[in-house]
Amino acid sequence: MALYDSRRRTNMIGLGLCYASAAFGLGWLIIILATLLWQGFSGLSVAVFTQMTPPPGSGGGLLNAIVGSLIMTILGVCIGTPLGILAGTYMAEYGRGSKLTFVVRFINDILLSAPSIVIGLFVYEVMVARMGHFSGIAGAIALAVIVVPVVVRTTEDMLLLVPGQLREAASALGLPRSTVVSRIAYRAARAGLITGVLLAVARVSGETAPLLFTALNNQFFSADVNAPMASLPAVIFQFALSPYKQWQSLAWTGALIITLAVLVLSIVARVLGSRGASK
Amino acid sequence: MTAAAFVKNELPTKIAVKDLQFFYGDNIALKHVNMSLYANKVTALIGPSGCGKSTLLRVLNRMYDLYPHQRAEGEVLLDGNNILDPRQDLNLLRARVGMVFQKPTPFPMSIYDNIAFGIKLYERLPKSELDGRVETALRGAAIWDEVKDQLSASGLSLSGGQQQRLCIARTVAIHPEVILFDEPCSALDPISTAKVEELIDELKENYTIAIVTHNMQQAARVSEYTAFMYLGELIEFATTPQLFTSPENPRTQNYITGRFG
Repeated sequence: MALYDSRRRTNMIGLGLCYASAAFGLGWLIIILATLLWQGFSGLSVAVFTQMTPPPGSGGGLLNAIVGSLIMTILGVCIGTPLGILAGTYMAEYGRGSKLTFVVRFINDILLSAPSIVIGLFVYEVMVARMGHFSGIAGAIALAVIVVPVVVRTTEDMLLLVPGQLREAASALGLPRSTVVSRIAYRAARAGLITGVLLAVARVSGETAPLLFTALNNQFFSADVNAPMASLPAVIFQFALSPYKQWQSLAWTGALIITLAVLVLSIVARVLGSRGASK
Repeated sequence: MTAAAFVKNELPTKIAVKDLQFFYGDNIALKHVNMSLYANKVTALIGPSGCGKSTLLRVLNRMYDLYPHQRAEGEVLLDGNNILDPRQDLNLLRARVGMVFQKPTPFPMSIYDNIAFGIKLYERLPKSELDGRVETALRGAAIWDEVKDQLSASGLSLSGGQQQRLCIARTVAIHPEVILFDEPCSALDPISTAKVEELIDELKENYTIAIVTHNMQQAARVSEYTAFMYLGELIEFATTPQLFTSPENPRTQNYITGRFG
């Protein structure tokens, strides 16, 4: 009986620690989100979506930053996703267990955890320095470099989860390898693959450092990818550090917009994921 | 098939396995196997776990080719042509030699598409004709009445027994000549098992069938010929009644009477 009591005690302590850690983590998250909502909502208005970033002391919005972020994120994801999916497909479907796969996975893991400022510097060296000026396309490339390892990783993981029996069954019908991959394996892993891409979008939409070195910023509206381009993270960075009240308020609003966008993406990813699982 | 052929017991051979050896890397899994699958007959492969019966089955459609380090030596003649020839087109081979697996493996798509998918690979058919082929296949697998009102539902929503019959329908739909069953009932309940066994009995009219099974009663029920394998060797190959009532080899005797395995 003494043994049972001590086991109960250990269980209580363990359970208590678990609850405490969960509450601790959740607590900070709630404080951050509450502050963000409080500070960001007060600045939210139609002007935020219709006007350019203002000079100090006057009113304005974030239109150029929102459009810039959208352009660079979409471009970056469009460049990075096919590369990532194809590489992940090679690793899971064709080169399973091969040396090349091992090397690629190792390097990919390093890239996955590489500080994004390093990626910004790299793209600065190979693109911005050569071209002689900052540009939106350089920003998109930097974001693509961040997208690739995320997508490679999820693609490989998700394809590895597809049971080998399904591939055998498809091959047994006389399907060529490429059809087995594109029509069966992708379909079975579809929810996971989409989630991976959305996670990558969420990841890059908040990146600041790589954009500072590549797209820089732009006070005016510009959809020209060959010119410096504004982005929400860069504007937040600039405005939040400024002494001007209006700028600070816009920075909060920008942060809120990014957070909400990422939240919506996560929910979409979840819904797609669960729908795929039930199918 | 002429009456004379019956008298001499020379049935037309669909697949002839000649001096087949199989290796997983350096490990030998099949040793000098010789046997025949007769056309429009059901041949059962029995034996204890690890005896090589599934391996033998997977040679017949070269499923092992998906994996490196697995290789076969010898000859497997399908209608007289050696399918182990490296020049053999694997996709065409697998279209002629279909396979049904131990666990049901419906594709992640609708019931209709599960069947239509394979057909569309080989033939371009108008929608009405495709509908007909899907129905014929599902009827052929004795599952049509259960799914005809939910053809657009996911194949994964069916029960295990239904999924297995869907997989059989999928295999039948592309009109193979041989169907290989790899323990098709081991994941099914007795009622579903009875249905699948009935189905196998009907299918032999049009197809040559090989079935791997752990269940000796099942082998006795569904097959006309039985091969007993042990440790990678083909110990005895005979008509099913003969193998089960008067086996020649003492090891066969011991296995079918339950003394080991």
